Amino acid sequence: MSTAETTEKTDVLIVGSGFGGAITAYHLAAGGADVTILERGPWLETADFEHDFLLGSSYTRIFDFTVGSGMSILGGNCVGGGSVVYFAAMPRAPRFVFERHGSIGRRMWPAEITRDKLDPWYDRVAESIPVTQQTWQDVTYSGGLWAAACHHSGRTANPTPVAIDNAKCTNCNWMMAGCKFDAKRSLLTNYLPAALAHGARIRPLHEVQQISRTDDGGYRVAYRVVDDEDYRVLQGAGTIDAKIVVLAAGAGATPVILQRSEPALGQMPHGVGRYFSGNGERLNTAIIDEERVREVLGLVREDGVPYEANQIGKGPTVASWDRLDERLPEYERYSLEQLYFPPGLGTILAQVPGADGVSWFGKDKKEILKRWRSWLTIFLMTEDDNEGVFGPPPPTGNAIRISQQMLGRGALSYDPTPNTRHGWELADAECKEILEKDGIARVAPWTNDVVGAYTVHPLASCRLGDDPATSALHPNNELRGHPGIFVTDGSAVPGALTVNPAMTISALAERAVPGIVAAARERGVAVTYGAPAPDGATSARRHVLELLKERP
Amino acid sequence: MTVTTETTDETLTLEAFADTIVPGEKRSLGDRAVAGAAPGPGAVAAGALDLLHTEATGVTAGLPYLAAALNGHATAYAAEHGFDLDVAVPPFVALSSDNREALVRALTAPGHPEKEGWVALALFCNMAFDSAAHLHTADAIAAGHPGLAAMGITTPDADGLWRFPGYSYGRQLANVHPATSVDGSPA
Repeated sequence: MSTAETTEKTDVLIVGSGFGGAITAYHLAAGGADVTILERGPWLETADFEHDFLLGSSYTRIFDFTVGSGMSILGGNCVGGGSVVYFAAMPRAPRFVFERHGSIGRRMWPAEITRDKLDPWYDRVAESIPVTQQTWQDVTYSGGLWAAACHHSGRTANPTPVAIDNAKCTNCNWMMAGCKFDAKRSLLTNYLPAALAHGARIRPLHEVQQISRTDDGGYRVAYRVVDDEDYRVLQGAGTIDAKIVVLAAGAGATPVILQRSEPALGQMPHGVGRYFSGNGERLNTAIIDEERVREVLGLVREDGVPYEANQIGKGPTVASWDRLDERLPEYERYSLEQLYFPPGLGTILAQVPGADGVSWFGKDKKEILKRWRSWLTIFLMTEDDNEGVFGPPPPTGNAIRISQQMLGRGALSYDPTPNTRHGWELADAECKEILEKDGIARVAPWTNDVVGAYTVHPLASCRLGDDPATSALHPNNELRGHPGIFVTDGSAVPGALTVNPAMTISALAERAVPGIVAAARERGVAVTYGAPAPDGATSARRHVLELLKERP
Repeated sequence: MTVTTETTDETLTLEAFADTIVPGEKRSLGDRAVAGAAPGPGAVAAGALDLLHTEATGVTAGLPYLAAALNGHATAYAAEHGFDLDVAVPPFVALSSDNREALVRALTAPGHPEKEGWVALALFCNMAFDSAAHLHTADAIAAGHPGLAAMGITTPDADGLWRFPGYSYGRQLANVHPATSVDGSPA
């Protein structure tokens, strides 16, 4: 084990092994750089994933729930990051998102990034993961019910593009505990093994605490080693020197590392730890009336039951995108996506439809728990106002850990603005209108009074932009004022996307790689850009190589 | 092991709290901690105390303090509302189920200075019922865990894994959005 007395060296040190870390690691390693990835979570493989809610099983080992003031973040904590725990929905962001003004009164994305400009990078991700479109035969009962309800109220609904091999999927709905059947195309199945094959090293349970400068213009990264069972216990410590640092610890952790590093690195840009977005997320629970599903929607399973299928599936399979209309005002555009949320964290915030006042606990709540099989969860992704701000960092990591695993207290505060609340209200109302039509269901949103708002898609806490006053990163993902440090995770995304963001985070990471390669070369690293997809496919590479000829 | 009065009082108090989160039927006629506000087993029968005493939760060491604080709040609540409490049981246990619920609502409301502690306690009490996080899930189901049974969670295959061969209505159920790009995304 490394100790503080010895400082190792690498060309490129990558913090975090989720989308932003794995994608950059693969390309840099394939291009010839010496790459080291430090991942604070454990390294689990297919055989380690369990169908078990017991504390200490894979479900709690690889998943973090960080409670803040007004906003709680759910995210991955393992090699592969969010890709191991997520539901693998991979839509591209709609065109209008890139034109959003948000809270700053002018376009908040860099001028050089539009949907058209990002599409070739989306194509690279789609080929590499790979991402495929689901058919109606792949759509689960819950997705089908949502589609039928949307149709019944005059709306459209789409099967979502996903990173799932449907031939291997058993519809077990245990995606948040890691896929036992290798059906989910997490980063453990594509970019990460390819990075390893090109010599990259991954060190699990290594939590980066701080970055400082070295005399030769590089950076020294200090880490602590996390106990593999009790994450509250930190054991060893060490440092690694690198010519380039890529931060991809997730939008809930990247800004915290930079805040803690400020005394050593010097002043951080204003955008570090500000402008956090929860992707405008919110959940509604519908309690389905089984007989109305049969009578009104004409749906019946093979076994004669109309629905009762909350437990069955593979996360979201159908979304309604009617409100993703660029002609609508900002903060009034959102998607409504069918989702699944497992027990453990997935019932406590649900409220009793029609109840007056607090209903997240008590006897009426128990009655709806007894109807759990007939729950349908709808995920609202709206446009929030980037109102999240990180307070002073905790002593280590990004949270004070309460439980051995999973539960911690972070420094994020989020006070939703009237704009954000307006979007939530519109989306709640539409969800209710669709599902309560003709008595199909009774609907209530989850409460924000218990753990604040919540997001599974933290974004924008270290964001890209053209304006130094409102962004942390140059348009090439380099941290303003700190050349050689790049940020490539969800924190780089400027704001809420109105859809699941993994595809956009990944496309931005792919887009950032040529710039990181150029910076590494300037620092004497023998690395080139141009690797094919992890499986050797080359069609998407051709398009981006053409694009790169146009870059200055 | 000698069961002290403190231990008993703490247990009764925490049981009464868990029973407020997911209420259940009384275990016996003389059951004071479980108020009997709802039919069928609740969080207590689901093993809330076992889960709270699982060190991995991170709340175990704080339980004596939480129980004492809860009883302090119950005493103040009774004084504020002008009624006497039965001194034979801890103050929170002496409250009616409606009053327990009202007090827990106040303690977990936005702005209460101790909110986080009470929310954490509630989270694990709910978790005992909805996911039996102190037990292997397959074992809990095999043993008839009351929360998992009430929710209708199905039995896994013999290898402890869930598979659902039937999962789809298998037909198109809505028109797709007219502005869908070729990869299936919003345009």
